[in-house]
Amino acid sequence: MLHVLAQTAPGEVQKGLTAIGRGIVYGGAAIGPGIGIGIVVGNAITSMSRQPESAGMVRTTMFLGIAFTEALALFGFVLAFIISG
Amino acid sequence: MTNLLAIDFPPISHLIEWPSGPLGINKVVVLMWLSVLLVFGLMYAGGRKKALVPTGLQNLAESAVDFVHNGIILETIGPDGMGYAPLLFTMFTFIFALNIWEIVPFAQMPVTARIALPLFMAVLVWFIYNIVGIVKQGFFGYFKTAMFPPGVPWPLYILVSPIELVQIIIVRPLSQSVRLFANMLAGHLLLTSFAIITASLWSLSLLIVIWPASLALLIALTGFEVLVAFLQAFIFTILTAVYIGGSMHPDH
Repeated sequence: MLHVLAQTAPGEVQKGLTAIGRGIVYGGAAIGPGIGIGIVVGNAITSMSRQPESAGMVRTTMFLGIAFTEALALFGFVLAFIISG
Repeated sequence: MTNLLAIDFPPISHLIEWPSGPLGINKVVVLMWLSVLLVFGLMYAGGRKKALVPTGLQNLAESAVDFVHNGIILETIGPDGMGYAPLLFTMFTFIFALNIWEIVPFAQMPVTARIALPLFMAVLVWFIYNIVGIVKQGFFGYFKTAMFPPGVPWPLYILVSPIELVQIIIVRPLSQSVRLFANMLAGHLLLTSFAIITASLWSLSLLIVIWPASLALLIALTGFEVLVAFLQAFIFTILTAVYIGGSMHPDH
């Protein structure tokens, strides 16, 4: 019925809504890990500057933390491709 | 959807669906075979000379082995994890060799941008860390220490144990494979988009003023992708080591 009001072909409204959904999926998935990685790296920088001898161990743990939080953003990215109209 | 600034992009499915030859052999499979030959050849040639002070190729191979032994195994598992050194070293060098095809001209395709290899390797790691845990602690002992970690006050067990069970059964292999796959796929899409934009902007129109910016960004992103290739191989390997270490020593 929406397509009668919008004067579009029957499949286009669904394609448009799918595109909006994809954008929302990735946009929403990118907020949390952005903040999370900022927190992880910020704390790692603070600890590396307070105690430079532990910089190697802190750097390794920082990469681990980045990998864990970045994975969530990438789930959103992959799901945005999987969602089909 | 394929018209941006009046530049024609191919449909996005062409990045994901490729034609295959007989037995399903396509460019990705050939690059994978080349990666196997490359890693094997480099390490074999690096191990031929047994000089006490390494130079040249032996130096490269030995520093790679040192990196995995000291930077990954000794940091996460400890000295009794050295039994897994061949597995972790092969994993690291193989994944790096698979990823680096993304920036090699005429290939330009990271083999790990297809879900098959990362998924297979993550399932292999899943079998390894579960079997190591079951062998070391017994079947019920392994799940008991995984779901009820010692040192946690007992009311928190209601929250922690379902999360930990889902974590070791489902989330770990899934996240490991998707992390590697999606990182490489995103990098590949980025490089492809900027390459097409740079190529299409080289035309007699007003848009040519932004062509240098597009080219500079393409070059910068290619350098960034080298870092991402190395980092993703490192993260896959160190996560494997952390999971195996967690199965071997459950007390921390």
